[in-house]
Amino acid sequence: MTALFIIIIVLFAAVAIWQMVKIFDLAQVRTETINNGIATDYDNKINGYLMLAFLAFIYIITIISFVYWGDLPLMSNAASEHGAEVDNLMLISMIVIFTVQIITQFLLHYFAFKYRGEKGKKALYFADHNTLEAVWTIIPVIVLAGLIIYGLFTWNSIMNIDEDADPMVVELYAQQFAWTARYAGQDNVLGMANVRLIDIDKANVLGIDEADPNAEDDIIVKELHLPVGKPVLFEIRSQDVLHSAYMPHFRAQMNCVPGMITKFAFTPTLTTKEMRETPEMIAKVENINNIRAEKSKELMAKGEEELDPYEFHFLLLCNKICGKSHYNMQMNIIVETQEEFDAWIAEQKTFKESLK
Amino acid sequence: MSTHAVDIHAHDDGHGHHHKETFVTKYIFSQDHKMIAKQYLITGTLMGIIGVMMSLMFRIQIAWPEEPNILFEALLGKWAPGGVMDADIYLALVTIHGTIMVFFVLTAGLSGTFSNLLIPYQIGARDMASGFINMLSYWIFFVSCVLMLISLFLEAGPAAAGWTIYPPLSALPMAQGGSGMGMTLWLISMAIFIAQSLLGSLNYIVTVINMRTKGMSMTRLPLTVWAFFVTAIIGVVSFPVLLSAALLLIMDRSFGTSFFLSDIFIQGEVLHYQGGSPVLFEHLFWFLGHPEVYIVILPAMGIVSEIMATNSRKPIFGYRAMVASILAIAFLSTIVWGHHMFVSGMNPFLGSVFTFTTLLIAIPSAVKAFNWITTIWKGNLQMNPAMLFAIGFVSTFITGGLTGIIVGDSALDINVHDTYFVIAHFHLVMGISAIYGMFAGIYHWYPKMFGRMMNKNLGYIHFWITAISAYGVFFPMHFIGMAGLPRRYYTNSAFPLFDDLTDVNIVITVFALIGGAIQLVYLYNFFVSIFYGKKATQNPWRATTLEWTTPVKHIHGNWPGEIPHVYRWAYDYSKPGHDVDFVPQNVPLKEGEEELQH
Repeated sequence: MTALFIIIIVLFAAVAIWQMVKIFDLAQVRTETINNGIATDYDNKINGYLMLAFLAFIYIITIISFVYWGDLPLMSNAASEHGAEVDNLMLISMIVIFTVQIITQFLLHYFAFKYRGEKGKKALYFADHNTLEAVWTIIPVIVLAGLIIYGLFTWNSIMNIDEDADPMVVELYAQQFAWTARYAGQDNVLGMANVRLIDIDKANVLGIDEADPNAEDDIIVKELHLPVGKPVLFEIRSQDVLHSAYMPHFRAQMNCVPGMITKFAFTPTLTTKEMRETPEMIAKVENINNIRAEKSKELMAKGEEELDPYEFHFLLLCNKICGKSHYNMQMNIIVETQEEFDAWIAEQKTFKESLK
Repeated sequence: MSTHAVDIHAHDDGHGHHHKETFVTKYIFSQDHKMIAKQYLITGTLMGIIGVMMSLMFRIQIAWPEEPNILFEALLGKWAPGGVMDADIYLALVTIHGTIMVFFVLTAGLSGTFSNLLIPYQIGARDMASGFINMLSYWIFFVSCVLMLISLFLEAGPAAAGWTIYPPLSALPMAQGGSGMGMTLWLISMAIFIAQSLLGSLNYIVTVINMRTKGMSMTRLPLTVWAFFVTAIIGVVSFPVLLSAALLLIMDRSFGTSFFLSDIFIQGEVLHYQGGSPVLFEHLFWFLGHPEVYIVILPAMGIVSEIMATNSRKPIFGYRAMVASILAIAFLSTIVWGHHMFVSGMNPFLGSVFTFTTLLIAIPSAVKAFNWITTIWKGNLQMNPAMLFAIGFVSTFITGGLTGIIVGDSALDINVHDTYFVIAHFHLVMGISAIYGMFAGIYHWYPKMFGRMMNKNLGYIHFWITAISAYGVFFPMHFIGMAGLPRRYYTNSAFPLFDDLTDVNIVITVFALIGGAIQLVYLYNFFVSIFYGKKATQNPWRATTLEWTTPVKHIHGNWPGEIPHVYRWAYDYSKPGHDVDFVPQNVPLKEGEEELQH
């Protein structure tokens, strides 16, 4: 209904614009500047000033976006070790971008205003200047060289998995439209698996090789628990189409590709509980709950069920189009202390026990 | 073929027509580059209307998820039971929107229109090297459009795997309704599209190399022709790779091969595929897919350079650097495709290499941006609608291009990959910018195409409201992207985490609706001016290039008499020592006048 309402408003706006143009056209006949499609001094002046106004608009929308939505981006509070590094690089890149953006947009629009055409004025015949061009080739080279080097160091430190740190091995298994996790168990070695070995009747849903002794102590779960401060190595599989394991709070993402195992490793630094208690998260959750309360009122008025209040959880989302329910393919991630984790994992059935 | 065109005019001096023209040969199966350009433009416009309508529909769904809407009920029929959009059709809409806008509007509609119109005109040729192949390429394009549109009416729906159609989703009909007949038609349509693109590109390349008039050396070519020429080369290099990817995918789908598929268990059964890899498809796809964005943006850059110089009454600044940066961008564009695949599972070392090459491409882009800004410095700017769109182009190109530094950096891409941040980035830098380039070109060369002027005031309103809504749509989108919202989600309501993004999404959609509605002003202006616009003079913008030396009324062979010779470069605006502020390319140098060394 709201949408329809807006469409009607837009239509009215269109009619209003059309009327305005008519007025412009008529007014111009009077001042003997026939609308032959070519800009007059009057047009140059108006549009010159509009260029300045547009510059202001760009700055204002930038400021408004930061004031209202500046707290949305995941720019601080990374919950993983490498996340802080990524955020730092992001911040530096952002500063570079905004500096360049503010200066170049100013020059472009200010020149468009300042040098708006007038009859009798002659432009400067200025076709080449080697020094100037050298300057704006070399400056980007230097800035980009800095960003590239910093970026590549960060990338390498994220992607080169340090096997000496003895990471806990966990398999992430994707299918339309659900996630499953498999822990390697006591031996920290995952049993061999292939989708050809899937046997639904025996509840072997991940296609684990039942003959592989490494598989016996594997633990299959639907909720991912991670001990804080311990490196974890994800071995990622998909059974059907491409998916992408996206864990935004950990600044982690890797595609799930049928037919191959992809890898990503990180170390969580904050438990779910600690994350919930950060001031940013408290403010965010409160804001979300206010919005949900509003929505609930609307729903209740329509006689529908109200929404549950929101409680923060780390999430694993699917971030590669995978079909109809792509938008709802998620799994909660719980980061907890080693003791809590040990207690939880001890309660889980091993693969051998879960086989029917 | 060229001699054929020249012969006609040798016989009858260009008066009347040697061979009889029927309605069919003049308007339908025309071999005249001017008519083919118009055909491309109008077909591209119609496809554009469909593509934009789709985007408005899915924007409404994102802002007001799962709310009934009579618009949906009317347009989507069974795909919107009770007016609520279905999740499958949402994915189909984003897929077809992407496909139509990237290929049918911004490749064929932009490059097809202006390469055809301007290459023969600006190099001083009577027509394209092969008029027949030119006609063929338009009609092949037309067939490809028809097939794509037919796929919208299929029982199981059109292709819905995203415009990148990654297998296995696109390969397995059981994975998704759209991967059945819809995907088959998509692939056939695209294979045909590639054929037309190759025919067109070869024609452009041959024409530019062989048919320049006397005196038109490569260093005197207008930047538009340079851009079209280099674009055609990139097309010839990269489009065949997409064709091979499409053919291999067709084989996987229909003949049981395993190029891209391996170890798949879906809907309770194991499929026979073994040994293929979806990552191979990603490499093949992006080997075209990335150059494709430059196929889209380079012609717009050429058009903008031309229009900026003309309306600034000033030579383009740094002609040599502009040509060099076009060539550099073209070369680099073919070795950066991997930046779409940082998290695809390919070797991280490759990621490093692609980060390096990707960020290099910022250098020629920066040179271009600074040169445009210097071009308007101390100019005498004529604020025609075309000029406004050219300035708008530089503005959005900078805003969108800068965020490329983030998405092109592998370490940062991990967290923004496939989020709305990427959507904001590429829409600004290649969507909006390229559309601006196209609008600028249309406003500028409309008198050349239709012999009439477009209404200037409508043009101003069109530009300003479009400019505001473009920023209104895509600037806030960066923020929801950085908040981690993935693209191609039918609704965000499954994640309470994203509830605080609802307002932003509504703002974006409202701006999108305004921006969409204002295009009606443009369409009105465009179609009505064809018949009722003010009659154009021969050279309304007082430009230097050769197309403005042809008569307003189109004739076969472009020039009634001899083809003009060229004595100077295309940018002698406000040259000291001349009374007028422009000296056309066909005016000989005065005694003692020096041609600029470039």
